[in-house]
Amino acid sequence: MATSTPTRDAYATPPREPKKEPPSERRQLWRSRLWRFDDKASPYAYIAPFFLVFGAFGLYPLLYTGWIALHRVEMTGLDSMEWVGWENFDKILHDPEFWTSVSNTFLIGVISTVPQLLVALGLAHLLNYKLRASTFWRTIILTPYATSVASAALVFALVFRADGGLLNWTLGLVGFDPVNWANGHWTSKLAISIIVIWRWTGYNALIYLAAMQAVPNDLYEAASLDGASRWQQFRKVTIPSLRPTILFTIVISTIGSMQLFGEPLLLEGGALGATGGNENQYETLSIYLYNYGWNLGHLGPAAAVAWAMLALLLLIAAANWFIGRFVRKSAV
Amino acid sequence: MRITRSVAGRRRRTAFVATTGLTVTALLLTGCGGSSDSDKGADADGNITLTLADFGQFGYKEAGLFEKYHELNPKITVKEDTTAEEKNYYPKLLQQLNSGSGLADVQGIEVGRIKEIVDTKADSFADLSKAISVDEWVSWKAKQATAPSGAVIGAGTDIGPMSLCYNRELFEKAGLPTDRAEVAKLTEGGWEDFLALGEQYKKKAPKGTYFMDSASAMFNAVVSSSPEQYYDASGKPIYDKSASVEKGWKLAAEAASKKLTQGLAQFEDQWQAALRKSTVATVVCPAWMAGQISTYAGDANKGKWDITSAPGNTSANWGGSFLAVPKSGKNVAEATKLVKWLTAPEQQAAVFKAIGVFPSNQGAYELPDVKNATLPYFNNAPIGQIYADGAKSIPEAVLGPKDGVIKDSISTQINNMEQRGTSPDDAWDAAVRTIDKAIG
Repeated sequence: MATSTPTRDAYATPPREPKKEPPSERRQLWRSRLWRFDDKASPYAYIAPFFLVFGAFGLYPLLYTGWIALHRVEMTGLDSMEWVGWENFDKILHDPEFWTSVSNTFLIGVISTVPQLLVALGLAHLLNYKLRASTFWRTIILTPYATSVASAALVFALVFRADGGLLNWTLGLVGFDPVNWANGHWTSKLAISIIVIWRWTGYNALIYLAAMQAVPNDLYEAASLDGASRWQQFRKVTIPSLRPTILFTIVISTIGSMQLFGEPLLLEGGALGATGGNENQYETLSIYLYNYGWNLGHLGPAAAVAWAMLALLLLIAAANWFIGRFVRKSAV
Repeated sequence: MRITRSVAGRRRRTAFVATTGLTVTALLLTGCGGSSDSDKGADADGNITLTLADFGQFGYKEAGLFEKYHELNPKITVKEDTTAEEKNYYPKLLQQLNSGSGLADVQGIEVGRIKEIVDTKADSFADLSKAISVDEWVSWKAKQATAPSGAVIGAGTDIGPMSLCYNRELFEKAGLPTDRAEVAKLTEGGWEDFLALGEQYKKKAPKGTYFMDSASAMFNAVVSSSPEQYYDASGKPIYDKSASVEKGWKLAAEAASKKLTQGLAQFEDQWQAALRKSTVATVVCPAWMAGQISTYAGDANKGKWDITSAPGNTSANWGGSFLAVPKSGKNVAEATKLVKWLTAPEQQAAVFKAIGVFPSNQGAYELPDVKNATLPYFNNAPIGQIYADGAKSIPEAVLGPKDGVIKDSISTQINNMEQRGTSPDDAWDAAVRTIDKAIG
């Protein structure tokens, strides 16, 4: 990776030497100014498209959502907005269902992210060995990520069906009673986590694999000369070198699990999916938002939920940062 | 023709169809947005394509009515965009009304939503009061779609008069009479009798079978037999004081505690499976439900089912839809003609014959196709007669804007009493919480 970008002057200084037929002083001055301006400004121009697009499709909706959160807006009359101040936030914070979905989101987040990252790490380690047809394995492992949420969720919905589902059928063969997966508090969360794990493990494994391949071989050689076993090498060399990558995947997975929507929506589908189950047992924050805005038709509180989700993410990010700092300090 | 148990839920086949619906919906949304913009009324030859957006099963395709209309009007082709679930259809309709684009020439509206549309969006729809003869309709049906200004924004497609569907084979095994008249006689006294019959059934019930599929269906039948349901005439929500709601809730709680019901969420996968495997002995049957039963119970169970009048001869309407013409369309005049034709007696009779949804146009009741209709699937039950009798005495109900959501929330909680043994008090509190959120 390039660590510093050479400025233009480094390789193409404009002619300063007196020339045989020097252009007028003014013109030279103008040119060099232009040059310097180009030097300073063009990087901004290059990154501008991202920020423009982000402004239009990221920032503006974000702020507008905040504006809506302070109003009473109905699905049946988007044009009439009535200022209500913090009432919408008050409403959702006093709604037990909101807190149910917060805890559901966290629980599902934890039971999907932790195993997923651990398995991904292990898989990446295996893929890092010399294998026959390694490209083939690496491609295969990424395929779940390439399937759409909807199709993955639908297939798993069939697997987890209480009545004639693949999983219950298999359990039946071994002599277990059928489980109503979507109906139980834990089983439904587990089912959703399994869909998430299935989809994202390969993706994370590839990220880890890329990071592992960047670990210099000398480190392993030195370690094995010192008599470190494979496992010790993994723990003492691989993991520390991967620390920034692991942090990155944790952040990405946290954001992902905060936005969990398609999997719970489609686990049972229909009316139950849209309320996260009979007793909201697998209602995530996104489902809560969707239900409030689109089923109940109140967009104000739905917008407030969106901002609450943002606030929660920022809190988690802060916690992450503190933990990361603590870990770094204690590691020294 | 979709109806509310469950505004959310009537025709949910499997999750699969639901999402396919979602996806298709998205495609159609863009699709019909494009076409209605480019159509500009008619093409050079005067050909017009009319789009009709609906949900669930309106039965026009099944009855071959679009082809017939094209034969009668060679310049007009009708394209139907069907969303599987009304729950997905309605928010989309609202969005399109808000943005003023993407609307079809004709839009279906479910009865659980009609009040909200009349209250908030009446201006967006063409007034049909001149085009259709309102008097032909069951009086309350026409009123439901009439705005305060007098504009009629929707033509009624169907209504859902109440009956009781029962499985003869299971009744016989449990030692109960199977004859229509006898069953009706046993439940003559009303829903309490119905539950008593249930206890009788339970004593000798074939293993793994239940008397009812879902207590929420009984709740809906009880509430919809009363003029006062969830709102009072002034538009105030009174669902927590309404006598019919209280009665329905009590009966449902009793059915749940006595374990007379299998506790299935209607129209969901497991409900469909229960019909396929014949594990439920009765289903509370608004007219359109018969089509659902024959679809999901399948050919294997043909002839096992029968239909009789609802307990206590309850006259109630559960469900029914409207066709409305958005003002912004390019072909308002032609679309209005189509709506008039589709909701005329002959066409409603054809739909009744095809899929069993009952006409809302009284003119159809005297037609032989309706009057003498029998359903072979249901042991040749004389449905024309059963429903026409019920349809005449249906009370005029007061509708409210959030009827659909209220019904849904209560159904969910009844289901929790049945399936999870939630206490009636806890279940009611949970229902109130959701409903208050919806109304607020």
